[in-house]
Amino acid sequence: MSRNAVSITDLTVAYREKPVLWDVDLEVPEGVLMAIVGPNGAGKSTLIKTILGLVEPAAGRVYIYDAPYAQQRQLVGYVPQRGTVDWDFPTSALDVVMMGLYRQVGWIRRPGRSERKAAMDSLDKVGMADFADRQISQLSGGQQQRVFLARALVQDAQIYFMDEPFAGVDATTERAIVDLLRELRAAGKTVVVVHHDLQTVQEYFDWLMLLNVRRIASGPVGAVFTDENLRRAYGGRIAFLSQVA
Amino acid sequence: MDIGQILHDLLFDYTLRTVALGSATLGLVSGVLGAFAVLRKQSLLGDAISHAALPGVALVFLLTGSKEAVVLVLGAVAAGWVGTLFVTLVTRQTRVKQDAALGIVLSVFFGFGILLLTFIQRLPTASKAGLDKFLFGQAATLVQRDVVTMATLGGIAVLLVVLFWKEFKLLSFDPDFAASLGYPVRALDILLTSLTVIAIVVGLQTVGVVLMSAMLVAPAAAARQWTDRLDVMTILSGAFGALVGLLGAVTSSQVARLPTGPTIVLYMSGIVFISLLLAPRRGLVAQARQRRHQKVQFAVEALLVHLLHHEGCAEEPAESTLDHMGAHMHWRDAFARRVARAAVVNGMVTRANCCFKLTPYGREVARRAMVR
Repeated sequence: MSRNAVSITDLTVAYREKPVLWDVDLEVPEGVLMAIVGPNGAGKSTLIKTILGLVEPAAGRVYIYDAPYAQQRQLVGYVPQRGTVDWDFPTSALDVVMMGLYRQVGWIRRPGRSERKAAMDSLDKVGMADFADRQISQLSGGQQQRVFLARALVQDAQIYFMDEPFAGVDATTERAIVDLLRELRAAGKTVVVVHHDLQTVQEYFDWLMLLNVRRIASGPVGAVFTDENLRRAYGGRIAFLSQVA
Repeated sequence: MDIGQILHDLLFDYTLRTVALGSATLGLVSGVLGAFAVLRKQSLLGDAISHAALPGVALVFLLTGSKEAVVLVLGAVAAGWVGTLFVTLVTRQTRVKQDAALGIVLSVFFGFGILLLTFIQRLPTASKAGLDKFLFGQAATLVQRDVVTMATLGGIAVLLVVLFWKEFKLLSFDPDFAASLGYPVRALDILLTSLTVIAIVVGLQTVGVVLMSAMLVAPAAAARQWTDRLDVMTILSGAFGALVGLLGAVTSSQVARLPTGPTIVLYMSGIVFISLLLAPRRGLVAQARQRRHQKVQFAVEALLVHLLHHEGCAEEPAESTLDHMGAHMHWRDAFARRVARAAVVNGMVTRANCCFKLTPYGREVARRAMVR
């Protein structure tokens, strides 16, 4: 049995008394490619944000490789939802990728040549090297998503958390992201992805968590992606789900 | 008035030199901090802060009886800060949204400030006069010591922006990601907002609480039009601010009874207007031109596809006149002529006896357009 990259116990998060996550336990073994799936408002993004310390839990614990997140930060890479930033911000694709290295550069100091090179390599890996100097508003949605991925790659982390990387991207980008996820897994990294497309869960991922405020199920995709579990996660809206499963 | 005399006065006339230096300083500092305020969508926060500073000025005067710039400025900073704190608290703790919270803080603090000012006016003490300059600003009352205070505070603010450049940039673009990297986002936010408070307070005596937020927002909005880089935008924004500060000071010194603050703001509005209109790519003129260009381009492609479609058919001669095309596509004559000219100039068609003929290149373009 391999180590757990992430382990969560009794996690509860509430916004203004309304629970968003309720008593969630989760173990993510090292080296899996995991999807978190659930209906809108199920708390998928909140779960990731809580793991990363962006949201304060009402109760429960999160461990990254057996230690709190604050001590393990350098092991973690993060891809936020694309819609959370203003893409009209006056900056270039390369600049955004270099932000992934700011902590390594340290306070006050400026990123230098080696950081530029690392960022370029990272952009190259997502097929965006030609767009390095482009202002980010001039990129398509898929290209913007790939810039965000490149920024996480440059962090050279052990565990990646990605919030809906497939949302609203073109087919080319979807393909590129899937290839990238597989490369990361092949390199022994752990990847946790908030996903919304039930059709592709079995094809893209090998590990799955079904979430709807509570944890419905988690484990290998084959064992978790069942009619019964999907019905419990999505409630009544299962007419088309049973066709998917 | 001749330029030589103005330059001479700028250097050697105490009043003009002081006013000009003070105005340029306030423009520079508010321009630099304004770039971040605008990008962080906090333009209105500047307005709330400047209005909130008024009761601070009045209270400090009531408590100390001093009209020393340093003392009043400290009161303004404290009150501006408390105002910001209220906005944050109300937004976080209640269901009131930020825009409403800003409105509440702005009007409540400003109302309280006016109340205190009126009270001070009625005081029997001799030193009461002059506080109302904070309302609309009165640059002529600046003395050298005020300018030194402004330059020191503003210098510190700009220096901190330079030092924490990449941290502020990341904070402004993607605070969640910054937090995931372990940056103390709350503390950085407070620092940057505090610097904004300082930038506003630096300008209060010159421009006044009512107009000060314009000096925060306008240079940044103008600068954003001309560049897609944060560093260029920030420098440009500071430069715009300093330039209009200088221009405003000089102009109001030359024209009798022209107040400096409003003149500065008017100059700034002029720069904003020009920037919105004429900036390359983002300007209204450039965008209109680009839309027209795209329209012609699309029409040219339609023309080529039409010609390709009828190429080699019996009706080809009839189908390939400009008149027919215009009627077919509902083009007005002038537009049709422009489309034809564009197609010929780009070597896509040749024209003989009023009939178009596709060139090999034109055929190629037409085929590509059909695939797309």
